[in-house]
Amino acid sequence: MDYAAVVALQILSGVATLVIVSLGLAVVFGMMRVINLAHGEFLMLGGYTAVLAYGRGVNLWIALLILPPIVVGLVGIVVERLLIRRLYGRMIDTMLATWGLSLALIGGVTMLFGNSVTGVSAPLGNFSVGQFHVSVYDIFLMFAAMALSMAVWAVLKFTPAGLLARGTMQNAEMASALGVAPDRVYAVTFAAGAALSGLAGGLIAPLSGVVPTMGTAFIAKAFITVITGGAAMLTGTLTASGLLGSVSTIFTFLTTPVFGEVALLIVAIVLLRLLPRGITGRFLRRSL
Amino acid sequence: MITVENLVAGYGRIGVLDGISLAVQSGECVGILGHNGMGKTTLLRSIVGLLPAWSGSVTLDGQNLGKMPAYQRARAGIGYVPQGRQIFPGLSVRENLHFGALAKKLPREQAEAEALAEFPELKRLLDRPGGALSGGEQQLLALARALTGQPKILLLDEPTEGIQPSIVQAMIERIGELRQRRGLAVLLVEQNLDFIRGLADRVLMIHRGRILRELDRAAIADPSLEQEFIGAGPQTATTH
Repeated sequence: MDYAAVVALQILSGVATLVIVSLGLAVVFGMMRVINLAHGEFLMLGGYTAVLAYGRGVNLWIALLILPPIVVGLVGIVVERLLIRRLYGRMIDTMLATWGLSLALIGGVTMLFGNSVTGVSAPLGNFSVGQFHVSVYDIFLMFAAMALSMAVWAVLKFTPAGLLARGTMQNAEMASALGVAPDRVYAVTFAAGAALSGLAGGLIAPLSGVVPTMGTAFIAKAFITVITGGAAMLTGTLTASGLLGSVSTIFTFLTTPVFGEVALLIVAIVLLRLLPRGITGRFLRRSL
Repeated sequence: MITVENLVAGYGRIGVLDGISLAVQSGECVGILGHNGMGKTTLLRSIVGLLPAWSGSVTLDGQNLGKMPAYQRARAGIGYVPQGRQIFPGLSVRENLHFGALAKKLPREQAEAEALAEFPELKRLLDRPGGALSGGEQQLLALARALTGQPKILLLDEPTEGIQPSIVQAMIERIGELRQRRGLAVLLVEQNLDFIRGLADRVLMIHRGRILRELDRAAIADPSLEQEFIGAGPQTATTH
């Protein structure tokens, strides 16, 4: 019984982690069709921001939750201005440019802070389920994933900026003929996606530790989740995270973490073979 | 109110507009008639700012729209209902209306109330996605959405295309009312002669990117126009 409860919690926490690391990418890809191969490095920068700030005596929660989205959001503004803006509608060029950016960021951070793992220990301690210990921070991440998803949904659904963004993504030319500056919408959307990635980096820093190459561990999973999710950015990310996160955690328990990853990839491949346009290409198509 | 002078524009290296000049006063409705491919849509897109002009000028209330991008022209007072209507398919009817107002930083609740007063048939559709509406309903929505931005001039590109005759008549009345009440200027591209007769104060005939001649109300009403203009309707367009 206790074991089942712990497994269930682990599954939920696996799903939550996927949601958190995918959301920033989902916003940028889902809204703008821009493939940002530096998404993993945005996470990494968020992680470094958290660890460095905490190391300099900043309050832990400010270091984890407040500073990373601000810093990486600003990075996003600069990257959009210098790189992304010049390549809209050129998917391959954008991939190449952001891949280059990703390598540059890894190199730059390695030069500055060295190629070693540093970290923050997970706050909040543990609680016991029978003979097992469960980290409270894992539970916190589940609530964080829920809160973030709801926040993204609410912003898109209820705020003027969210409405203008959704309309612009559907028909940029008409939006501009009605008085919206598409460039500005794209810039803000990209910065928001970057800020979400930065926050994700801060949130996972206590779990994974930070190292310049940590982005590569997440980018593939985040991409597979977003692509498997399909057109509806938020519903897609949530359903795909739910499915892939569960499969991967269950297989990790049954075998090893390596097979957990393998199972995730296999399920994603089979799913995309059956539903080439992702889960929300077939189901829940009208959702956000 | 709006003055277009010597407008030259085209796609790539192919010129379409070859020096168009026209003016529309507030409250006036000017129709543009011409065969397919003569530059009617190009003219509207160029005024809206979706297609850069090669030369010439567009002035609205003395303000030169020259190099302004489309969104600034919209804010200056140009309203546009394009061909195919271009409703945001994934936004609800309500959100489509709000979009028109918010795009110009106008309050959305008030815009919605005004739009529903002018287009009461949208009331029961408010929560439907724009993409699920019929052609006629979408046309009304496109019109209402353009008006939520409080434009000074409305550019309509073939508003009757693919729309049943009963709605066409309703649209003539609706646009007529709007002109009177809001002092709205209308520039109307249309192939439907009945629609143009019902609305336009005068008509400009456009041919190969130039304005061939101007017709007053009497000339528009003349049945011989039909003869001259045969081939303009979509059903016979292939003969040209």
